[in-house]
This record gives sequence, structure tokens and C-alpha cells, in this order.
Amino acid sequence: MYEKNGEKYFVVDSHMHYWNAAPDNWVPGAEQYAKGWIECFHAYQSLGPADTHWSIEKFQKYSEDDLMKDVFDEGHVDIAVFQPTYLTEWYKEGFNTTERNAEMGERHPGQFIYNTRWDPREGDAGLATLKANVERYGSRGVKLYTAEWREGSRGWTLKDPEAYRFLEASQELGIKNIHVHKGPTIWPLDKDAFDVSDIDHAATDFPDLNFIVEHVGLPRIEDFCFMATQEPNVYAGLSVVIGALMHARPRFFAKVMGELLFWVGEDKMTFGSDYGIWEPKWQIEGFVDWDFPAGDEYSDYPRLGVEGKKKILGLNAAKLYDIKVPGEFQPAGAEPAAQDDAKLVTQ
Amino acid sequence: MTERSRVLAALDAVRDPELDEPITTLGFVSECIVSAAGDARVRLRLPTYFCAPNFAFLMVADAYDVVSALPEVRSADVALEGHFASAEINAGVAARAGFAVSFAGEAVGELDELRRTFLTKAVLAGTDQVCRPLLAAGLDPAALTTMTLADTPPSAQLDRLCRRRAELGLRTDPAAPLLVDPGTGAPITGTAVSMHLGRARVSRVGIEANTGICRGMLRHRYPTTGAGEEEDEG
Repeated sequence: MYEKNGEKYFVVDSHMHYWNAAPDNWVPGAEQYAKGWIECFHAYQSLGPADTHWSIEKFQKYSEDDLMKDVFDEGHVDIAVFQPTYLTEWYKEGFNTTERNAEMGERHPGQFIYNTRWDPREGDAGLATLKANVERYGSRGVKLYTAEWREGSRGWTLKDPEAYRFLEASQELGIKNIHVHKGPTIWPLDKDAFDVSDIDHAATDFPDLNFIVEHVGLPRIEDFCFMATQEPNVYAGLSVVIGALMHARPRFFAKVMGELLFWVGEDKMTFGSDYGIWEPKWQIEGFVDWDFPAGDEYSDYPRLGVEGKKKILGLNAAKLYDIKVPGEFQPAGAEPAAQDDAKLVTQ
Repeated sequence: MTERSRVLAALDAVRDPELDEPITTLGFVSECIVSAAGDARVRLRLPTYFCAPNFAFLMVADAYDVVSALPEVRSADVALEGHFASAEINAGVAARAGFAVSFAGEAVGELDELRRTFLTKAVLAGTDQVCRPLLAAGLDPAALTTMTLADTPPSAQLDRLCRRRAELGLRTDPAAPLLVDPGTGAPITGTAVSMHLGRARVSRVGIEANTGICRGMLRHRYPTTGAGEEEDEG
């Protein structure tokens, strides 16, 4: 919970991690990838305020105490959603698995939601694992990486018939939310991993599932925006958007936020800190204080008020995950401007 | 002009295909040395170890091409450092092999389509750069649909837009329409102008935001300024 100027914000961090990328977890022979990967993540942290930067040693493997302090005690978060990333070709125990997240989270009942993952290339065995994970961890969401290498394959798309099998199975198992990584390259690729057209297909064919595009397709937000504006069940996951831009590039941040508000709208944007890349505290506090800078270059964009910020920081994700939000956090009932009201103003 | 500055000037013509900016001003050239005998040594660097290898390959191959084409250069040694695919990329470029050959069994084809994709975005972003000042000065958006390139006030942004259009094979003669669909070359007419300007605007925002992130990452990774690097405004 965060309170500012008499307004209370219920906060759902819908995209965060608990990883081990320390050398003790590197796969022999793949050390350069394991090292390169976490150093790349660490560089992203440098885009946040200087007093929030960690040493590379802490960044490789932060503790349970670090996480609880940074996310809950000081970070204003009420409920956090673990989004796993396996990368088992580089990290012996995996980088950030459902098991690792749950083992830690189970000591803190009621504070975490455990998403799991699947990969259509794992076939029947993958379906069985998915079912077991949903039963064991109560997962209502999955995190997908379409650009991930696997045994010589360099990625997959949500259009693949195999992927449809998994989407159908997800739905049968009660999964509602499909978080898809479409953003900075997660893994070296030859396919165009930024391509969001596969989400377009799946969102149309699975209208009862929600597709949350994490990192909003950066570096190609234009493709994401054109797609999302046509699909009612596609959401903009703000992980990386706030962390990488709000502090380091305030003018570009304002424009990216403006575009998302214009094309997608405040009802379909969700906050995610991407912890441990960035701590949630400065992101939430900064976002609540944020407004468009003065200047004509921002005049095309819809404004964002307190109600919109409440939705983005928690209420939208609470709806996706059926989280009961105490009455004190409910919006005053002001309906936001609908997407159709957005017009291209041209001063 | 020294040999080194001529090589750097040549490298100004090499763009990051995604950011549509020269690799020199982005800070991607870490080293540029030319011996008296005309042996050029160029080293490139990127913001992360995991930048997409297809973009990286394009930049290294283009850099090799422009440097080795200079009459005063006897030999060109151009290489990328600190990247997970440095070895394959450098070997492929040195052997003048294409991307698909360098990544045998991995790459799904050559990169021309990728270049086209980004040029299309560059044309859209350039359209915003040219049109925004006109609209800010009070021009009605509908008026843009009847303007030709000759009607458009001259500017560096317009020159750049025309260069990108030419690369895509789009018309750049004085009578050509200012607003065209970058995919088909068809003029933008009637009510389609709003959507077109919206696409142009968000394309420019995407490129600018991405450039900002790349610059920030590069600065974290390499404390030294690149050869020909320019300070950006964030």
C-alpha cells in the first residue's frame, strides 16, 4: 500500500523475480552465457537512480531478506506475482524457476502469486509438468519466452499448432493470464523475437484468455500498439518501461506512456517492477508523482490522473488475478476516457 | 583530413538499422587506427553481450564494406568485440560470407527483409519529424494529403526522409506526395491521415526510446567515449 496526498494505492507488482545467477549455479561450459546474461541485466539496473544500484555480487544472488525488505517492507507492494525464467541451458538449477519462487514464497503466505511457464516444444511431458505445477502452486498465469533456444531450436511462436495445444490446456486448467515476453532480446536469436503478430492470432482465437505483453514489445512499441488497439484481451505490461525510462530518460518515458495511454488505455496497463533488476519503491513513488512535462510535443496524449494511476499500479492486475481489494482502495467511480475517445490532436 | 578521420567519416555512413543513427555517433566504434601504409584497424562494441546478432552482423559487414572501399586503405581489419557471437560474425565478415553462411544451420536467411522493415519505420519516424513542425505552425492535417515534396519547406529532416525513401525505392521526385504508405508507396488520402500521423508519431517514439536505452546500457558497460561519439540529449 502506498499513500500520497491523502490517496491510497493498492499495489500489485505483476512482474518480478527471485533468481540465482551466481557462479555456483553456472552450467560448466556455458559460463560465458550465464555471466553475460546477468551482466546484461545488471546494466539495465544502471538506468535507475544511483542510490538503488547494487554490486554485481549482490545482483547475482540477492537473499530472501533482501526481497522481502525491498518489495514489501519498503517497496509498498501488497501482492507480488512471480514470473519464472528457466534458462536451464546456462543455469544448473534454472535461473528463476517456479520451484525456487514457491519454496521461498511459501514462508510468506498471502503475499505472492506463483506463475509458472510452458514451452510447446516440450510436448506431452511439458503438458504433464504444466498440470502438476498448476495443481501444486495454484498458478493462474504463465510466463512465456517465444525466443528461447531449446536443443537446437531457436524459438517458437504462439501461432504454432503445438502452442495452441498448450493454450487450450492452460484454459482447461483454469489459467487466465498469459504473460509473454516481447521486449529486449532474452536470448540470442535468428528469428525476429520482437514480432508481436503471433499474439494477435492467439488473442483472437482465445478471447477468454488475457495476454499481457511484458515490456510492451520494446524496442518495437509501435507494432505492439497497433496490435493491442484492436484486441480487447491484450494488456500492456509496464515492466522495463518505468524502470528503464522514467528516471534515465524522462522525456522519452513521457512519450512512451503517452502512446500507451493513447492506443491501449489506462484500463489495460499493468505495473511490474522487474525486481531484482529495479526496486519497486522508487518506481511506484515516482510514478505516483509523475505527470507529462510541459510542452507541445505531449499535447496529443490523454492525461493520466490519480484514478488511472491506481488502476495501473494495482487494480487492473487485481482484476486479472481475482485479488480481493479492500474497499478503501476502490476508485471513486469516475469512468476513464474510453479508447474510442482518444483523438489525434494536432497542434 | 587525416586517413583516420577519412575512415571515421566513412563509418558515419554505417547506421544501426534499428536506431537509424550512425554507429559513430552512437559510440559503437571503440577503436579506429590507420597505419601510414594504409592498414586500417576498426573495433566495434555494442550496448550488451546479447544484442541481436542479425543487427550486429549488419553493422560489422557494412563497416567492413565502407572502410575497405576507401582508396587510401590497403587492408581493413574490422571486428566486433564483447559479444556472444563475435567469433562467428567476425569470421563471416572477414570471409565476405553472408549471415546465413556465418550461422550455418541457425540463420533463416539473409537480412535484406530486416533492413526493409527498419527502413519502413525510419520513413514513418521521418514523416513525423517533417510534419510535426508544420502542424504546430497551424497547418490542417488534411492539407498534408495534397502536398508534394516540392510544396514541403526544405529542412535537414526532409532531406533525411527523402534519402530513406530512396533506399526503400519510394518516389522522391518533386511531384511525389509528401505522405505515402512506406510499404506500398500509395499516397495517404482523406481520413487515413489521422492514423498515418499516429503511426508516424509512435514509430518515432519507439526509435527514440530504444536509442535512449541503448545509450544508457553502453555507458554502463564502457566508461570511455567512442570514436566520433556524440553526446545525446535525454
